[in-house]
Amino acid sequence: MDFSIASILLLDGVTNGAVYALLGLATVLVFTVTRVIFIPQGEFVTYGALTLAMMQTGKTPGTVWLLLILASVASVMELADRWRHDGNVGRAVMAGLRTLASPLAIALLSIWAASQQLPLWVQAALSAAIVSAFGPLIYRVAYQSLEAATPLVLLIVSVGVHFAMTGLGLLFFGAEGFRNPAFWDQRFALGPVTLGGQAVIIFGVSLALILLLWLYFEKTLRGKALRATAVNRTGARLMGISTHTSGQFTFLMAAFIGGLSGLLIGPTTTVFYDSGFLIGLKGFVAAVIAGLSSYPGALIGALFVGVVESFGAFWASAFKEVIVFTLILPILLVRSLSSGHSDEDH
Amino acid sequence: MKLKNTLLALAITAVSSTTALAEIKIGVSLALTGPGSGLGIPMQNQFKLFPQTIAGEKVSLIVLDDATDPGKGAANARRFVTEDKVDLIIGSCITAVAAAMTDIAAEASTAQLAGSPVGVPAGKDKWLFRLPQSNTVMGYAMVEHMKKQGVKTVGFLGYTDAYGEQWLKEVTPLMDKAGIKIIATERFARTDTSVTPQALKLVSANPDAMLVVASGSGAAMPQLGLLERGFKGKIYQTHAAATMDLMRVGGKAVDGTFVSAGPVIVPDQLPDSHPSKKIAMDFVAKYDKVYGAGSHNQFAGHAYDAQVALEKAVPLALKKAKPGTPEFRTALRDAFETMGSTQFAHGIMNWTKDDHWGYTMETAVMLKVVDGKFKVE
Repeated sequence: MDFSIASILLLDGVTNGAVYALLGLATVLVFTVTRVIFIPQGEFVTYGALTLAMMQTGKTPGTVWLLLILASVASVMELADRWRHDGNVGRAVMAGLRTLASPLAIALLSIWAASQQLPLWVQAALSAAIVSAFGPLIYRVAYQSLEAATPLVLLIVSVGVHFAMTGLGLLFFGAEGFRNPAFWDQRFALGPVTLGGQAVIIFGVSLALILLLWLYFEKTLRGKALRATAVNRTGARLMGISTHTSGQFTFLMAAFIGGLSGLLIGPTTTVFYDSGFLIGLKGFVAAVIAGLSSYPGALIGALFVGVVESFGAFWASAFKEVIVFTLILPILLVRSLSSGHSDEDH
Repeated sequence: MKLKNTLLALAITAVSSTTALAEIKIGVSLALTGPGSGLGIPMQNQFKLFPQTIAGEKVSLIVLDDATDPGKGAANARRFVTEDKVDLIIGSCITAVAAAMTDIAAEASTAQLAGSPVGVPAGKDKWLFRLPQSNTVMGYAMVEHMKKQGVKTVGFLGYTDAYGEQWLKEVTPLMDKAGIKIIATERFARTDTSVTPQALKLVSANPDAMLVVASGSGAAMPQLGLLERGFKGKIYQTHAAATMDLMRVGGKAVDGTFVSAGPVIVPDQLPDSHPSKKIAMDFVAKYDKVYGAGSHNQFAGHAYDAQVALEKAVPLALKKAKPGTPEFRTALRDAFETMGSTQFAHGIMNWTKDDHWGYTMETAVMLKVVDGKFKVE
């Protein structure tokens, strides 16, 4: 193991770690606001990468049809709920249509754009938009009625959503994998390592996103409202903060981060319909290292996971996954011994 | 009145049950979801074109998904033998899953046509027949090619599961005999997104050639990983990577790869004297007509060969017993062993009492990727 090999491994580990950091951040974000351990975060990554891949081949991506179906289901649920709640048909229909509006617009735009062979970054932006639209709809359909449930129930629902999304992914994308073209083909030589342009973009986007999230939660009123919902749901409702909107907005952000990660890793690896699960799970390990509560912790945890994975694969490639996931055990042990019992069961 | 209705109902039941007994039931377990779905879905496509009758008997296929999971495969096999009482089991296309089904099939005295080159301990394969060529047969063609190219050292990058393990086990003695040394071995999982550390280690060992053992579109990622780390030597892929998906995902970078394959991949390039050329072209024409030009691959070819095997063996078995009886299952197994040399799309098959692999060493064809297409070497 000389310096050049160590530096190549370190760079590879940190690049992977940056993507895991994005997913870890999204996991922590969703958990702190809604108490949902969002296992299907990885599926957003897959959908993002594969939607762009399908658009590149000139076909309408299957995610668009899935989006339309999901939007219809969500708007019918919204309509029924409002009707039962208010008794007023007109207002209920308006609510249903509001839910349907933006997903429908995005879907129609994508169907038109798929055949146009637009430039890469336009298609990437569209893919991110399609995947982001999934977030609030999934929250509406799967989680909104269970807002008061314990994290365990929400975790079980998450597993169900994961299986549904993976199965639908197989249906819409097929069993074979895709690779996207790189956004930036440049290669920079830094001593013994070559830094690819794609890696630079990954680092840049990760840092920018972390900064934006920090600014949002610290400086804006809405961000503080979301944090309030995380601390005490009833108290926030008393203050006029709608838990429905908080949940949907959080999922919108998580889906956007997931889709963005998918666009970032698409060029560096072959993405299959089921690749998202393992990537999301490593992001979850990073979030666990952060105690599912701190963003800088998730970043550090993710970089740690990436580097350990890289060096572990070099020394014992057959046991790479074992090494990465066994990491959770000592960390959980240390955390549960050092922190007291948290009073979150209200 | 009531008595007449009862007698009528009894009569109808009796007639319909005898027609049910006369049909041949085949249980098919394939990986239609999970990482192995790239192998299972083409086989299912071919089974959709399966004939309705063979030798005058109605045939019904029960296709179940085993999700690339040996546990599910075993559950499917158990259901086939206890509930459906099938005459034959076909499955699975994944080595590890087929191995899990073997004991159950043998216990129920039902023949199993495996869609993967599954190796079992000696004597355990009385009821197991493999449709694909063994890795030894494929490896033989590869090692001969390596000898001709003057390769002396090889680096191995393969799946961490049964497929990779078996290739390593079977190709090592072949290479030893040819005087070629495997100087580095690295493994990776089917679902891995990058092999940079493994590629680093392999490339720094600097072998003459690399052997990549992976399947379908997943075979492109390890090869690209090796090329990214600056490997300039020859790269060999196995027959599970002999699909257009390798070129679709790998692009121009995979030009010049050597792939060992069965004759079905490019039958039009085989010499006319090749015994399997006609039947392979027949398979390609039928499959591509329904599923699109160029969509045929290794795995669908094995499903077609199952049909060919049954069309030859079932008439022989019917002479001895009726379908749905244990005697028929034994007769079918004996028919496979005694039907002699048969032309499969994948080569000349000759299952005997002692050899349930069947293909001879000359079956495999070495292909080279040239300009995004396969060419016979």
